[in-house]
Amino acid sequence: MQMPDPNPAILSRKAAVVRRLAEALPEGAVIHAPEEVRAYECDALTAYACPPLAVVLASSTEEVSACLAVCHEEGVPVVPRGAGTSLAGGSLPTADAVVLGVARLNEVLEVSYPDRMIRVQTGITNLAVTGAVEEDGFFYAPDPSSQLACAIAGNIAMNSGGAHCLKYGVTTNNLLGVTVVLMDGTVVEIGGGHMDAPGLDLLGVICGSEGQLGVVTEATLRILPKPEGARPVLIGFDESEIAGQCVSDILKAGILPVAIEFMDHPAIIACEAFAGAGYPDCAALLIVEVEGSDAEIDAQLDRIEEIARRLDPVELRASTSAEESAAIWLGRKSAFGAMGQMGDYICLDGTIPVGELPRVLNGITELTESYGLRVANVFHAGDGNMHPLIIFDANTEGDLEKAEALGADILRLCVEVGGCLTGEHGVGVEKRDLMEVQFDPADLEAQMRVKDVFDPKWLLNPAKVFPLSVSAGRRAA
Amino acid sequence: MLQPESEGDLARMIRSANAPMAIRGGGTRAPVEAGDLTTRRMTGITLYEPGALTLVAWAGTPMAEIDAALEAERQRLAFEPWEAARVLGRSGTSTLGGCVATNASGPRRMVAGAARDAVIGVRFVDGEGQVVKNGGRVMKNVTGLDLAKLLCGSRGRLGVLTEVALKLLPGVAASVTLAAEGLTPEDAVAAMSVALSTPFEVTGAAHDPAAGTFLRIEGGGDSVAYRADRLAAALPGEWRQIDADPWPAIRDATRFAGVEGDLWRVSVRPSHAPALVAALPGRWLMDWGGGLIWAETPPGTDLRAQMTCAGHATLVRAAPETHATLGTLHPEPDAVKRLTGGIVSKFDPKALFAHS
Repeated sequence: MQMPDPNPAILSRKAAVVRRLAEALPEGAVIHAPEEVRAYECDALTAYACPPLAVVLASSTEEVSACLAVCHEEGVPVVPRGAGTSLAGGSLPTADAVVLGVARLNEVLEVSYPDRMIRVQTGITNLAVTGAVEEDGFFYAPDPSSQLACAIAGNIAMNSGGAHCLKYGVTTNNLLGVTVVLMDGTVVEIGGGHMDAPGLDLLGVICGSEGQLGVVTEATLRILPKPEGARPVLIGFDESEIAGQCVSDILKAGILPVAIEFMDHPAIIACEAFAGAGYPDCAALLIVEVEGSDAEIDAQLDRIEEIARRLDPVELRASTSAEESAAIWLGRKSAFGAMGQMGDYICLDGTIPVGELPRVLNGITELTESYGLRVANVFHAGDGNMHPLIIFDANTEGDLEKAEALGADILRLCVEVGGCLTGEHGVGVEKRDLMEVQFDPADLEAQMRVKDVFDPKWLLNPAKVFPLSVSAGRRAA
Repeated sequence: MLQPESEGDLARMIRSANAPMAIRGGGTRAPVEAGDLTTRRMTGITLYEPGALTLVAWAGTPMAEIDAALEAERQRLAFEPWEAARVLGRSGTSTLGGCVATNASGPRRMVAGAARDAVIGVRFVDGEGQVVKNGGRVMKNVTGLDLAKLLCGSRGRLGVLTEVALKLLPGVAASVTLAAEGLTPEDAVAAMSVALSTPFEVTGAAHDPAAGTFLRIEGGGDSVAYRADRLAAALPGEWRQIDADPWPAIRDATRFAGVEGDLWRVSVRPSHAPALVAALPGRWLMDWGGGLIWAETPPGTDLRAQMTCAGHATLVRAAPETHATLGTLHPEPDAVKRLTGGIVSKFDPKALFAHS
């Protein structure tokens, strides 16, 4: 994976840039010692690392603005960073960039139940948002699996999803407003406690823009009343195709579960060995969760059971209690830990039309065999958001490159069947060079024009999202 | 009136155009009915997968055609688009493109999202005649910048929508409406807030001072009955189930059809709604639990001057000169205006769509 060469003029001016940042910001906000900036050299895509020029840990919108204004004047690139949990390298630094972290901005600013909203600083973790309102019976819906650690800033940057977005939507559907700081330090308020944009939907394009347009320091989020209850059913099938059929049949029947999770045979075996959840040894497992009162849950689970029975499942186990629900979720929730035991892995998140599941699963199997690697699939089937986990050995020379090549082929397949490169992790650096598989030059040009408006000098989050060859002219300008 | 029959046709027309052109779908929503170019010859559903809850159609497809296709599979649009023809006194047919270009959303918007939340992909032709696609036909997609959201509600200022992909919802077997009479605006907003804070999935919450306060529950038959009972028990005051379906009239604000006066749609925090309606000079109607206020004003009155809270007011119906002097859309703060102005001039450098 190629990154642009650092600008030698900036590297040689490091001392001056650090001095200006230190003058503009409170003591302790600027980190520049080589051994200290190393802590920020990568995010959760650990295969790539590069210590930045310096790190600024801001504690307020004003400090974010001050940092950006200095970097703008100095022509120094800025890499925004939330909690550093990006799986796509969304906050991978370059050697000539300042990492601007918002993790210290972690306060709840306002909770309004009459308006069903919460306003937070964006360094707060995803789970802490729900934590602030759950005693009063509310929750924040998007639930990425890193929710204990990941920051709302990163959720907004990547438009994060989670297991429950089939019913509740992703971040963009639950975001009402932001305070965003532009590269030149201008603070802009967009949206708020009210709904919809008065004119162009800038909030819609800022959400999911991967730090290309600005640094979001505050956010107004929609909160929802907690459902009365939720329970899953576990359904095992002898063939992946049949499990895929079951997903379609459930959705077509007019049932909208909060989650439909899918695990293939390698994932089932790995999770079972790791967690001992009592999963059957079969080709594909579905976990379908529904919400409501006990009676409503029973009624929905009965209908799902009826649909599944027609497809001859090898196992069907509907939960009737909290204990049984926990047992059904146990294996799924330990999936990433279980994969970690099998080796290093790359986690993809290409999304496909639900009807293409069988074809894509077969295609992945064929590709995987041709590369001589192993892949396990654990994913959100209801919305077609796949998570093929490619297992490899980082200590074997060439294995990472082979795994990446397989990953690229799998994502090409996702696009070919009408899907996309990434459903919730973001493009970052990881999928940057595949963008031309999904988009024509005019499509990318239109996106880059929006960045031109927000960040004319192309200083924000360099070398992410857009292929280097495509953005070369703009970056050089 | 230009009537392209294909995306290629449209792109050629735009490339050769050098004077501003007003874009229309069915002519039911724009401040002025007449336009210079219509998408209504570009019609048809190109893909409908009930098992994937997705539908793709050309922008000129009448909403009625989409509704009928969804009805046949017992599915529906989450955002319950409002129809403008009656309040604007138009005879045209609402199209998908017009709906999306104005982000037209009805009562269910407060819980199920707006048109912009249901749109998962678009194709459009920009002001240079370039065909651009964004998003796709899958429900989760974070690949690149989300221009589909930007096009929703852009009112033709960035380009002409040619194709739209939508995320759908299962249809509902039953719908129940609870009603209360004689509530003050404060009490109505408080009651709607109580309702929207329960887990009983209220999908409509409106208050019409002339007709009452209404709460809607939708879903499967037994489930609806159960939730309606629990909801009624949780609410202050007296609520009863009504047989009539008030929601189409609330959605389209038909109370304001066929009468004189300007008409506005105002978006505010629900908790700010009672103070706002107290300051209004004419009739009004609250939807979205108080988050949306339809307001009638004497011709030429600037309702925005009455707003002391955050939010925005769109002028829905007024004389052309009022649209020109007050502005159809709420004025933006300078920093936002610089961004939106910049985007518009990038997508439409010849200002072809300035009058859309």
